[in-house]
Amino acid sequence: MPQRLPRNPFASSTPTAIPISEKPSTRRPSSSKGNRLSQLFSTSPKSKEHQAAQAAIISAAAAQQQRLLNNPSPQINASGLSLPSISLSTASVGENNMDEPATTLFQPPSVAEAKRQTRIEAQFGPLGSQGHRYVSKHTGGDLRPPIMDEPPYFYLLTTYVSYLILIIFGHVRDFFGKRFKPNHYRHLKAANGYAALNSDFDNFYVRRLKMRLDDCFARPTTGVPGRYITLMDRKSNDFNETFQFTGTFTETLNMSSYNYLGFAQSEGPCADAVEETIRKYGISAASPRGDSGTSDLALEVEDRIAKFVGKPAAMVFSMGFVTNASSFPALVGKGCLIISDELNHASIRIGARLSGAMISSFKHNDMNDLEKRLREMISQGQPRTHRPWKKILIVVEGLYSMEGTMCDLPGLLKLKKRYKFNLFVDEAHSIGALGPTGRGVCDYFGIDPSEVDVLMGTLTKSFGANGGYIAAEQHIIDKLRASNAATMYGESPTPPVLMQILAALKIISGELVPGQGEERLQRIAFNSRYLRLGLKRLGYIVYGHDDSPIIPVVLYNPGKMPAFSHEMLRRKISVVVVGYPATPLILSRARFCVSAAHNKDDMDRLLAACDEVGNILQLKFSTGVAGGLENPPEDLTSEEEEWNKTDGLQAPIKPPRWGLREVIANGVQDIKKPLR
Amino acid sequence: MEFQDAQRFVLDSINEINHTFQKVPGSAMLVRYIQSSYQNDPVRSAIELILVIFFIRYLLAPSYATHSGNFVTLTEDEIDDLVDEWTPEPLVAPRTSFEEVEAEKLPVIVGPTGPKSKLSNGRTVTNLASYNFYNFVGNDHIKEKAIQTLRTYGVGPCGPPQFYGTQDVHMKTEADIASYLGTEGCIVYAQAFSTISSVIPAFCKRGDIIVADRAVNYAIRKGLQISRSTIKYFEHNDMEDLERVLQKVVKDGAKKPLTRRFIVTEGLSEAVGDCVDLPKLVELKHRYKFRLMLDETWSFGVLGRTGRGLTEAQNVDASQVEMLIGSLAGPLCAGGGFCAGSTDVVEHQRISAASYTFSAALPAMLATTASETISMLQSNPDILVQSRENIRAMRAQLDPRSDWVYCTSYPENPVMLLVLRPEVINSRRLSHDEQERILQDCVDETLANGVLITRLKGMPTGPNSNGKDEGWKFQPALKVCITTGLSKKEIEKAGITIRHAITKVMTRKANSKLGLPATS
Repeated sequence: MPQRLPRNPFASSTPTAIPISEKPSTRRPSSSKGNRLSQLFSTSPKSKEHQAAQAAIISAAAAQQQRLLNNPSPQINASGLSLPSISLSTASVGENNMDEPATTLFQPPSVAEAKRQTRIEAQFGPLGSQGHRYVSKHTGGDLRPPIMDEPPYFYLLTTYVSYLILIIFGHVRDFFGKRFKPNHYRHLKAANGYAALNSDFDNFYVRRLKMRLDDCFARPTTGVPGRYITLMDRKSNDFNETFQFTGTFTETLNMSSYNYLGFAQSEGPCADAVEETIRKYGISAASPRGDSGTSDLALEVEDRIAKFVGKPAAMVFSMGFVTNASSFPALVGKGCLIISDELNHASIRIGARLSGAMISSFKHNDMNDLEKRLREMISQGQPRTHRPWKKILIVVEGLYSMEGTMCDLPGLLKLKKRYKFNLFVDEAHSIGALGPTGRGVCDYFGIDPSEVDVLMGTLTKSFGANGGYIAAEQHIIDKLRASNAATMYGESPTPPVLMQILAALKIISGELVPGQGEERLQRIAFNSRYLRLGLKRLGYIVYGHDDSPIIPVVLYNPGKMPAFSHEMLRRKISVVVVGYPATPLILSRARFCVSAAHNKDDMDRLLAACDEVGNILQLKFSTGVAGGLENPPEDLTSEEEEWNKTDGLQAPIKPPRWGLREVIANGVQDIKKPLR
Repeated sequence: MEFQDAQRFVLDSINEINHTFQKVPGSAMLVRYIQSSYQNDPVRSAIELILVIFFIRYLLAPSYATHSGNFVTLTEDEIDDLVDEWTPEPLVAPRTSFEEVEAEKLPVIVGPTGPKSKLSNGRTVTNLASYNFYNFVGNDHIKEKAIQTLRTYGVGPCGPPQFYGTQDVHMKTEADIASYLGTEGCIVYAQAFSTISSVIPAFCKRGDIIVADRAVNYAIRKGLQISRSTIKYFEHNDMEDLERVLQKVVKDGAKKPLTRRFIVTEGLSEAVGDCVDLPKLVELKHRYKFRLMLDETWSFGVLGRTGRGLTEAQNVDASQVEMLIGSLAGPLCAGGGFCAGSTDVVEHQRISAASYTFSAALPAMLATTASETISMLQSNPDILVQSRENIRAMRAQLDPRSDWVYCTSYPENPVMLLVLRPEVINSRRLSHDEQERILQDCVDETLANGVLITRLKGMPTGPNSNGKDEGWKFQPALKVCITTGLSKKEIEKAGITIRHAITKVMTRKANSKLGLPATS
């Protein structure tokens, strides 16, 4: 019987700290080329910036040393302390000072302390410079859809041909496989009076297409999914049918986790608060909310979430998926209409289906299509009876996880005034990740949250916890508490998870470790823009809006998905590749999820890797219409630009193919301007 | 001059078009075909042209009607008027008075959940409402393990299992459960409640047949609804009725192509508390070639010598159950759910079960806690014996001694459901709502005497639903959850409190009048 995993791959039942395979010294060479060059010309292994502040660093590091001694569990980032001109976090006690000559004024930290610091920095990188911050905010005007660039037809054609070849090969293999290895197909065949467990047709994609890149999915990890993520190495001797662990680990740069604000940490104020909560509350609430699972902690978290998103009331759930799946049936039912964006998440679709309401969809982010749909639906009424709809609920996501696009909230609210529908915004990815204070799309567009009827979000992503929330008017939440199935039967969020949320919210609002929350918010905004602009300049086709921390680059050919993933893994970067059916057939893509835990060095390292891999795999398709140009028109206003584009007056665009060094050199100042 | 220019331009364009047309491969053939088909008969060519146009139009038209027959064509002004006229209902209806009372009386526990819990009104009460059967919540060893995990993994895994969210601890928990139950594999979900709602539609599609118990819980019902399969119900835990239904399905399907067939039922019923006859069920499923999905949410960690659930208690090999679904959040005091079965069954779910694929993975510390509590149950089965003694002690206080209620739960089920005796209901002609109200009074009265119990919560009905589609109406019940955190004496004392509270509520004037015919 083929076994996927060894029954018990772990010798002991104790989860012990896995030794971090990457020592700090090995991290340096993997940073960007530019840095390496500058290191070459500098006398000390540090950059010039560091040299200039040498004296300050020594005193600062001494101060930090003292602080560490005073406080056994220090905060990860000390930028909250007010020291002028340099960030304390650059003067980390760890790697930089370890190779300091013995003439320094202070004792070097002990090995254990240095290790600990390395560990902390592997979860949350130190900020390189205060200049590497940006405030995520809409610049005004209508939200324009991002320009979709297209590759030369050659790549589209080869993509189709690739799929054709894959499918033909698959069928040929099936033809022979079914005759010579019937055992492999037993779950697809009726046997013994039982119908096949899986449909042969549905399974074809899985066994003939997905299997080929299975080693890029579900890579087992260990430790904290922070700035770096430790993968458990595995190999397959039977073409991804089964995997064997090699027993080694690889620490990679984590571009894959939804750790937007970098709260995936096992050290620091959050983890300390959680530890205390476990000691006090235990690990479970052991009851649904409706019975006796409502604790003071849950109420406090709900209250705080409500305040955070700017709604009068909120409720929390133990799973984000269920938040959607169980709330739609409580909001709408027969005789109601749900109009949902065509790219909405599966949980919304399932919730909508469970509700029994009529479901319609509109083109992704297309307000004209939505208006057309609304006019038709309102004027026609319910099918057959033509009775007016009881209510219409429009469901959109704040930030789309596969596209990196934001919902056109200003456009939606304009329509809402005219058509009187109810608006439900799923902020699964946007809460924490967008807006000057991290409060999601409303904050980003500067819109009063009271204009949106229901705000839903997950606590998994930005807060490093688990679960979801719904925030709305008091009477809506009251009714939902009474009619939502997950409240009555689903387990309530566990105390440690609740505390993680609470501590994260306190840090974001500046109540705990003042300054750190703001830094996190501005770092993710900077990183997102910096990486996006850099990739565009390198010549990649990048999807999504400028401030989105989800950065998909399009790969097209199916063979490039595993190739890209492997090349990135070879450079110790873990990325997510997505293909059909999560995307349209030809638009396979790789997705980078930027985090506040990353710093500019990490982004440069990624850009360097993308530069190399892009050349190897021919991924630099961009024609320049979507930005990243060598000489962007300086003095054009956006309207003029638009006008030029529509009239075709613009000079032929030269596809951007910047060198890595220029990308890195110009990135920091260029992202402060509108991205072109 | 201008005319000549225009003429030249037209001629040039025609030449150009002609030239390009001739370059297109096959154009000569097309010209030859048209020439030969013309045959000096313009009508013939015209008909052919119309045929071609019709063909193109047919190709471009959508394959189904976009508007049903009764689409009303309206002018823009009329649409504007209709839009102006349309007034939607408020997003939610106001709460019913019962819902308001319920929300007001919802107990809020301050501090940890335990056998004795402190409520927000400052009182410390005996907690018989939490699924803390073995008091694992207060166990220091488990807390230490959880803290260790926290310091290694942080809290959330920040990603779905397919995208770097699978951690070694998840794989270990899966392996632990599989070896505990004796199945080939196991898959861990992030929430127990949504597990079965996802497992069912992962396997059951349109056209498949599901035979389900009439009293299945809400999560199963929703799973059945999403699956779009044909659903047949059998009377609750009635194996004869099940056989009848199975026979009928097999007979009806004899001439049709073979479809997947499933039996879906619960080990310990959530709504009634009783236990299914698994050997008989397995026999029937083999005889009629059905696959079995067994929801062990309430029996896993409860029944059997070491808590493996129904399969252990009734000596059935777990591999006889195709999909065995259980909860890690209930008795195990961790979080998440699981589905155990053969490798094929498990691996199929990893890509096709919605709440696994599209949701973040379980926090690492909950996974390690589940592993830990499983090993504690295995190494220390005495805790189960103690639990059963406590259950017996409570039952002795309530079931035979109370004139008003009796217990529908299986004798080893730590969730004791107490329903009003049929003679009481009949003599007072209590409706469903009245029973709920009386039982809520009992809960309040019990709490006033220092014991926290709860009620079996009714299935929520959606807005605008007429209640017809629910099919089976459960009987309102009191829910008393036994814990080993209390001594036998304390349990007995709590039992007496509950019994007296019920008696007090039932003998109140207002309640005894309820059933009387309206005379005044």
